[in-house]
Amino acid sequence: MPAKQLEASVRRLPGVAIIDLRGEINATAEAALNAAYAEAEQGDPRAVLLNFVEVDYINSTGIALIVGLLARARSSNRQLRAYGLSDHYVEIFHITRLADFMQVFSDEAAAVAVGES
Amino acid sequence: MSAWLRAFWRALTRRDTGEAPPPPAGQDGPPALDIAPDDPIVAFFLRAPGAVEVDEIELDSPAVRALRAAGIKLVVPLVSQGELIGLLNLGPRLSEQEYSADDRALLNNLATQAAPALRVAQLVRQQQAETQERERLDYEMRVARLIQQTLLPRTSPTLPGWQLARHYQPARAVGGDFYDFIELTDGRLVLIVGDVTDKGVPAALLMATVRSFLRSAAQRLVAPGLVLRRANEHLCGDIPPNMFVTCLYAVLDPESGRLWYANAGHDPPYVRREGQVEELRAIGVPLGLMPDIEYQEHELVLEPGDSVLLYSDGLVEAHNSGREMFGFPRLQAAVARHAEARGQALIDALLADLAGFAGEGWEQEDDITLVVLEREPAAGAPARSRQAGDGAARLAGPWERLAEHRVPSQPGNEHLALRYLGEAVRRLDLPPRDLERLKTAVAEATMNAMEHGNSYRPDAPVLLEVLASPAAVMVRITDRGQGQPLPVLEVPDIEAKLAGLQSPRGWGMFLIERLVDHMRVSSGDERHTVELILYRKGDRYAGETT
Repeated sequence: MPAKQLEASVRRLPGVAIIDLRGEINATAEAALNAAYAEAEQGDPRAVLLNFVEVDYINSTGIALIVGLLARARSSNRQLRAYGLSDHYVEIFHITRLADFMQVFSDEAAAVAVGES
Repeated sequence: MSAWLRAFWRALTRRDTGEAPPPPAGQDGPPALDIAPDDPIVAFFLRAPGAVEVDEIELDSPAVRALRAAGIKLVVPLVSQGELIGLLNLGPRLSEQEYSADDRALLNNLATQAAPALRVAQLVRQQQAETQERERLDYEMRVARLIQQTLLPRTSPTLPGWQLARHYQPARAVGGDFYDFIELTDGRLVLIVGDVTDKGVPAALLMATVRSFLRSAAQRLVAPGLVLRRANEHLCGDIPPNMFVTCLYAVLDPESGRLWYANAGHDPPYVRREGQVEELRAIGVPLGLMPDIEYQEHELVLEPGDSVLLYSDGLVEAHNSGREMFGFPRLQAAVARHAEARGQALIDALLADLAGFAGEGWEQEDDITLVVLEREPAAGAPARSRQAGDGAARLAGPWERLAEHRVPSQPGNEHLALRYLGEAVRRLDLPPRDLERLKTAVAEATMNAMEHGNSYRPDAPVLLEVLASPAAVMVRITDRGQGQPLPVLEVPDIEAKLAGLQSPRGWGMFLIERLVDHMRVSSGDERHTVELILYRKGDRYAGETT
């Protein structure tokens, strides 16, 4: 039963890059996720936002990939934020303590607005 | 005179066989005549002083009409000890003259002497027939006993950490009890106790049929409910009317102690645990009664020291001289009372109880079969297990099996496991967030099993089992991790991971343990099993917000 391959594309708003994610975040997502993050970093945005609205499955390997992105962001003093997670994955982000190191928002407007004030 | 002799011979032989034999070659005897017991002619003949002209009988009687149709002119009743035992039927005289008074006197005389002789002959024939019937029954009984004794197991399988004892005591008439032990190739053991209605050869033959079918289905199908369903389909249509088979079918995993069972109308087993004895409730229609029957599966984990008694109705339905029945409550109390009696000792104690109850001179009415399965209380059972969380022991109650699937070990197939899980638990109406938690835990455990247990080998599927009790849902995931050590869990620390001191990976077991209420892991020589248990507590998140 093949998994749905992750598609990741990058949008930019003033000061932030948004990675729109579609599909599943699992072992097969590594290349797409890392490439999108590398693209998002170009232009040195102060924050990179992960848009999970169209993500329906994240497994433990996917969590590890997000931890990897978080480490990269922190090493370059960049914020990594997340939005659009389902209640279940918000819980997973709390269980893993990912939520302690990356802010989790319900929608894009909130995620973008937080750094503007 | 030849007509008399033919009639005499006819009367003599008809009484014995109920059917008229053909007349001797070249002779046309009177046709066979059956007289119904309520035909008024019977009373008429008993009152008649002797020979009677058929034309003079004025009765509305089928027998009289038959006599007339057969051309009988004169009938001489043969009466012995007030019972009509035959007739001398005479057609017209060959001389075409009427029967004279002398003829009648001679015939009456003959009847007076012939009747007791005929009666004696009838009794002799009857006795001979009864003797033959007894010999036939004795022979049948020997055949039936031979069939049964040939098919019942001669020894019990030896299972390290377990005791298995059995007792079979046939009734004189040989009932239809049977039991069987089938060792599956994966190390599990099938235990069967059954009872065929009826006795003798028919019961023994049906028992042989059922036994053969169950033996062939056990390795192929494994799931008790499925085996019984197929056996029922096999029997329905072929089984003689008014016959059926009760059967308790159980599969024991000696490593984990899991006893997985389904019941087709057999007396439910008893389980003894810490001195308490409970009936393992499982109901189902006996095999062969009606088609398209589903058999519910149940499950129990036998802990060290637990015993299960499987039995047939010969024990509980035994009567004493006061016609009081031994009964289920007495059996249940006896199993509890003999708490120290284990294995064969428990069987001996129960038989002693039965002997005491039935009293001297008791004649066993039905076969008695007893099978005791016990997990030895000593430490060092082969299974190694670890339980996460507390209170897991109280979840060892009966489980209803909702689904069993084999998931091929290939990347991404955790989604197939999730689809099976979703279908299996749909009717449980779990709160959505509980379902999400369970799904993530199952996905992680399935991935571990496919990758680490089965190395993504296509010939090694992961076994996914979904069970439910009123209090909880259990998902069991088994791979073929051969003797793999239980993993030493390193608690993932995100700060260490972000600092590069831990691998970013390693979240799987951590998530599983936090998403379900209990996790039990057991590992044997050929299998590695993770059990995930989630309580059904309604919506535990009501009013909670993220």
